[in-house]
Amino acid sequence: MEKEKYLNDLKEIKDMMSRSSRFISLSGLSGIFVGIIALAGAWAAWQSVYKNLDLNGYGQTLLSNENLTQLLVIAAATLVLSLAFGIYFTTREAKKQHQRIWDQQTRRLLVNLVIPLITGGILCLMLLFDGFAGLMPGLTLIFYGLALVQASQYTLNEIRSLGMLEIVLGLVAVYLVPLGLLFWAIGFGILQIVYGIVIPLKYKS
Amino acid sequence: MKDILKDLNKAFENKIRLGIMSALVVNDHLDFNALKDLLDVTDGNLASHLKYLEKHGYVSIKKEFINRKPNTKYYATAEGREAFRKHIRAIEQLLK
Repeated sequence: MEKEKYLNDLKEIKDMMSRSSRFISLSGLSGIFVGIIALAGAWAAWQSVYKNLDLNGYGQTLLSNENLTQLLVIAAATLVLSLAFGIYFTTREAKKQHQRIWDQQTRRLLVNLVIPLITGGILCLMLLFDGFAGLMPGLTLIFYGLALVQASQYTLNEIRSLGMLEIVLGLVAVYLVPLGLLFWAIGFGILQIVYGIVIPLKYKS
Repeated sequence: MKDILKDLNKAFENKIRLGIMSALVVNDHLDFNALKDLLDVTDGNLASHLKYLEKHGYVSIKKEFINRKPNTKYYATAEGREAFRKHIRAIEQLLK
């Protein structure tokens, strides 16, 4: 029947539009693992540095060289481990869904993700060396959130709301500096684990 | 009813051409290989449908070289976007 053909056409159009412009093979497992790594990183940062810091509002808190090094090592380890797990699980998922891992969509996704992230990273390093350790949790959350919102145009819609939540948490973390690390753990840890569980459930049906 | 049918476009009745246009309207441009992967068709088949759309003014082409290899980029023209939009709207009207 005519009608059926056109219904089919519409479905085809929608499918092609999303397949050609969005990277849909996000892996839930990568969200969960990255979240757990973030929680571990936050715990390590708390034990080694933040617990003993007297964070007075927006003011400078000069870190000893030892503390600064510890913080940088923890941050770098968290980042590298997260990237490794993220790339591993996402590649696996893309293979499962027969989507190419390196094409125009993923390139666009990464470029849009990376611009706010690098900007935020450089700014955070500059502020950290000037002693604004208390601002780090909030600022990293804000820039991560902006990156997600930006990149969400090229992947699953849900990423946009995740990004907005990270931005809100980041702003709160900057406002309540002494509790900053707690909000960091919620944003990078718990939220990502929750999204890692919820998104696959939603798309399974 | 007649008004609706007038907007249904012969150019988009074909599955492959429908796919090409769907992909091009949501992307700034796509190259030949990207389209081929998306649609899962042979070179010759894809080329002839692209030529058809180009002849109707719905698709424009830009040829360039990337690492000395020829690379052809395909764009949806303003006219193509408009015609495609009308086509979709006509389908939606028809299904109501």
